[in-house]
Amino acid sequence: MNIPSSITTLLIGIAITAASFWYGQNHGLMPVEASAEAPLVDGLFDLMMTIGTGLFLIVQGAIIYAAIKFRRKPGDDTDGPYIEGNIPLEILWTSIPAVIVLGIAVYSFEVYTSMGGLNPMDHSVAHHHTAPTVATAPGAAIAAPLSTAPSLDPKGAIADVSEVDGIPGTPTTLPEMTIETTALQYAWLFTYPDSGVVAGELHVPVGTRVHLKINANDVLHAFWVPEYRLKQDAIPGQTTELTFTPNRTGEYPVICAELCGPYHGAMKSVVVAQTPTEFNAWLDSQKVASSDVDGAAIALSPTAKPATAQTPDEFLAPFVHQMGFTPEMAHQLHSQHGAIAKS
Amino acid sequence: MTQVIQEETGQAPILGHTPESKRNWRKYFTFSTDHKVIGIQYLVSSFFFYLVGGALATAIRTELATPDVDFVSREVYNGLFTVHATVMIFLWIVPAATGAFGNYLIPLLIGARDMAFPKLNAVAFWMIPPGGILLLCSFFVGAPGAGWTSYPPLSLVVNKPGEAIWILSVLLLGTSSILGAVNFLVTLLKMRAPGMTLNKMPLFCWAMLATSALILLSTPVLAGALILLAFDLIVGTAFFNPVGGGNPIVYQHMFWFYSHPAVYIMILPIFGLISEILPVHARKPIFGYKAIAYSSLAISFLGLIVWAHHMFTSGTPPWLRMFFMINTMIIAVPTGIKIWSWLATLWGGKLRLNSALLFGMGFLSMFVIGGISGVMLAAVPFDIHVHDTYFVVAHLHYVLFGGSVFGLYAATYHWFPKMSGRMANETLGRIHFALTFIGFNLAFLPMHKLGLEGMNRRIAEYDPKFATLNFVCTVGTYILAVSTFPFLFNMVWSIYKGVRAPSNPWSGLTFEWLTTSPPPVENFEVDPVLTIGPYEYGTEEAKEVVAAGPVLAMVASGLAKA
Amino acid sequence: MQSSALDNQTAVYHAAETAHGHHGHPDHRIFGIIVFLIAEAMIFLGLFSAYLTFRAVAPTWPPEGTPELELLLPGVNTIILIGSSFVIHNADTAIKKNDVKGLQLWFGITAAMGAIFLVGQLYEYFHLEFGLTTNLFASTFYVLTGFHGLHVLFGLVLILAVLWRSLKSGHYSNTSHFGVEAAEIYWHFVDVVWIVLFILLYLLK
Repeated sequence: MNIPSSITTLLIGIAITAASFWYGQNHGLMPVEASAEAPLVDGLFDLMMTIGTGLFLIVQGAIIYAAIKFRRKPGDDTDGPYIEGNIPLEILWTSIPAVIVLGIAVYSFEVYTSMGGLNPMDHSVAHHHTAPTVATAPGAAIAAPLSTAPSLDPKGAIADVSEVDGIPGTPTTLPEMTIETTALQYAWLFTYPDSGVVAGELHVPVGTRVHLKINANDVLHAFWVPEYRLKQDAIPGQTTELTFTPNRTGEYPVICAELCGPYHGAMKSVVVAQTPTEFNAWLDSQKVASSDVDGAAIALSPTAKPATAQTPDEFLAPFVHQMGFTPEMAHQLHSQHGAIAKS
Repeated sequence: MTQVIQEETGQAPILGHTPESKRNWRKYFTFSTDHKVIGIQYLVSSFFFYLVGGALATAIRTELATPDVDFVSREVYNGLFTVHATVMIFLWIVPAATGAFGNYLIPLLIGARDMAFPKLNAVAFWMIPPGGILLLCSFFVGAPGAGWTSYPPLSLVVNKPGEAIWILSVLLLGTSSILGAVNFLVTLLKMRAPGMTLNKMPLFCWAMLATSALILLSTPVLAGALILLAFDLIVGTAFFNPVGGGNPIVYQHMFWFYSHPAVYIMILPIFGLISEILPVHARKPIFGYKAIAYSSLAISFLGLIVWAHHMFTSGTPPWLRMFFMINTMIIAVPTGIKIWSWLATLWGGKLRLNSALLFGMGFLSMFVIGGISGVMLAAVPFDIHVHDTYFVVAHLHYVLFGGSVFGLYAATYHWFPKMSGRMANETLGRIHFALTFIGFNLAFLPMHKLGLEGMNRRIAEYDPKFATLNFVCTVGTYILAVSTFPFLFNMVWSIYKGVRAPSNPWSGLTFEWLTTSPPPVENFEVDPVLTIGPYEYGTEEAKEVVAAGPVLAMVASGLAKA
Repeated sequence: MQSSALDNQTAVYHAAETAHGHHGHPDHRIFGIIVFLIAEAMIFLGLFSAYLTFRAVAPTWPPEGTPELELLLPGVNTIILIGSSFVIHNADTAIKKNDVKGLQLWFGITAAMGAIFLVGQLYEYFHLEFGLTTNLFASTFYVLTGFHGLHVLFGLVLILAVLWRSLKSGHYSNTSHFGVEAAEIYWHFVDVVWIVLFILLYLLK
């Protein structure tokens, strides 16, 4: 039987390992990392790509080598060697993958807990809680001192995760914010509970731990921001949660990741990650626009009526426009809503 | 004794081929209870539905060639991908892997004359064409548009008549599958030839044992889910409708309790077929028989406790996600064992690179890629990013097409001589392989990147930044469509004009090669007794059995009286 | 070499032929019925799991306003159904002693008891204060008991079919009574499912 010499095998092994490590770190397959959680996920993915590349090269290499080296020679109609098995080899190739797989499982578990996973990320209707650290005064959480531009050490930020949620009085390094997220056919609505602002885009300040409480009005949807590496289903009749810490300013797509009807592909929004100052400014402008304290409030858009006099369609109009959506479509949705409620 | 046989040889057709006058295509349209007829009925009808599913895929990819919705309407598009997946799963792979090859081969491999319940077998087959036609008719009333997963509440509000048809069709096809599984279990457990203990059984039989157990245990739960869904849809109950107090997640659990084992139902028989095919063309015993046999059982068992890895973002409690993650990771180990064993089977052999082995090696190559992406998907933090994206579409097609379909093609080429009595054309087979391999990888490899970069599933319109890769995928799909032509032509032409096949064209050692091509009605006039293991290539006994093959075939077929 | 393998193999074929006799197969149908009933059990298990899950995640169970389920009639029904399993077993004992009349008697009584069960169930349905779509408990109640009732009906049909066949003299004997055994196994299955159902729906609440 033709077995490569030990040296050749060793060299091939080194080459495969090197290629795998290189590609695992340089695959360029992921979008930019824009949250504190993203590097954790990418670290896991990079390791799995390294292992996967190595496996791929070994298996494909063996197949191609066999196809060439062990091809039947013309005229040779005899059988191959009678080899039925090799117990030590089989033990080896059972235990090594088992160890690798267990290692990936443990690493995944660690990443998951670092991302806050073991704190309940979902709540059934029965237990429903709000993070007690959310400030009640409008804008107070965002105004927490962040005098320097956020240069977050992701590890530093995440270290506090396990202490923060649900435990009153625990000191936190990062400010917190809860935003209620509603998914409906075919739009996203974000409600900032402290200020009552409702918007069609998700504005978040970088360096703040954002808790989303996600709900759906009609059918299943899912909230996904690829640059954050985070996704959570929106389930009608239940509230689910998603927590992340944006650490890179910019605009990133919010994508619906659960089939919700024919316009599922058009159900998009954006998350606008801003500096705290910009965020506060935006929030203020929204508060003014949606205030229903008195009818003389200044409207942002010259054509918009005061909020008190607006129908939901009119109120939503400035936002849905950004989503490439017309009010007529919103009307169609209304009738579909009625249909769903009845069924 | 020898002299008598020699005299008989002069009269009988050479090399154990059944006389042509016995071929009658009409029997394939009847309620035949012959497992070989039923097997071919399954094979041909499931391949027909494969072409239908492929046409739907071509339509899908035509729409996706550009970012805008410009080929079909969004509603029709949703119907396309819903029916595409349903057809491919319930009308192509499951019937072809279990119904076609299971039925055709099992009695032959274990030395029986037919399955335990031949009439039940026919009943199970004849549920397939009506089930399929019913499903396709849904396009007339508006195809179901909630995906093959049919999650409520969406499935309760979108295209209700189409959805009702979908439910009925799947219930019918699932019942067919269960009845088949009953037959396989009883046949395999009770009707093996004397001397064939479980540990001497060909590996395809082990695979079918594991598969049948899975079908038996999981398909009924899907039936339960669909019955409840039907009540919600038609009668107005609210099992899964939150408006009436129901819970959509309960549906997901019931659905995936079946649908995850379903993927093992679709791959385990293929694993078994590959274990039969590789040794024959590599002229080497299967490496690690026991490991392959028992790993099938391990996969079957583990396959029942991993279902919620399809629900990592559904609001599943974190501890549950971890539990399912670990089980899913573990399943990679018995699967990996098989891959290594197959590689070791090829290593050092004397490979005949015919169409069957080319597809067999293609299977190995492509399935590994799908397996690697599968282990990645098991990791919860990573899955959270790629769930419901094109990364999953890439993974599932690498294991289902690169795995199951490549394996089915390998099996078709391998057993074509036995089934039809003719040899297929090797040149056409190689062209078929090349086109399939290239088309497949072009169509599905870029989808990994698409998913990672942010393209979600089940959409007719997408962000223009994905346009180039999508166009490449569409081109690959068109090449795949074209790849079926040489195959179809080869099959039809060879059946009528191919070189006559001897009883044992590949010098195989399992029982089916020791009878004529095609076998007589009752397979073996005299029940065979196991004298040599199924993979004893390289031994003296093997040479003797192969050399004696043609005469053994005639004896087996009753053409020689000794 | 070739002729010796030939002689060897054909000798083996001969041995097989004389040993088995031609075309005698053992009867695997009872094993087949049992395997099939595993699948049937799984469909009920799936429905039971759904019920238990609804029950576990609901804030109150049964949901507000669900009337209490009366236990007397279903209780009596349960006793009748369980009793009928003993009755049908007598039929099996009878036919194993070649007593066709006994088979017919006991199968007849079983059929009557099964029919009473079904009538009782229908009576209960008509007198319940909630309908199929009233609430989640009501829906699961009707679907579970209805699905089971369909199985009882099917079992009843099997029993009547066996009774009908038994009229033909010599059809059932102590050596050939597959139909009797099959009907009995199925009936026991239906009975066990009912016991679980009764506990879940009526007792456990």
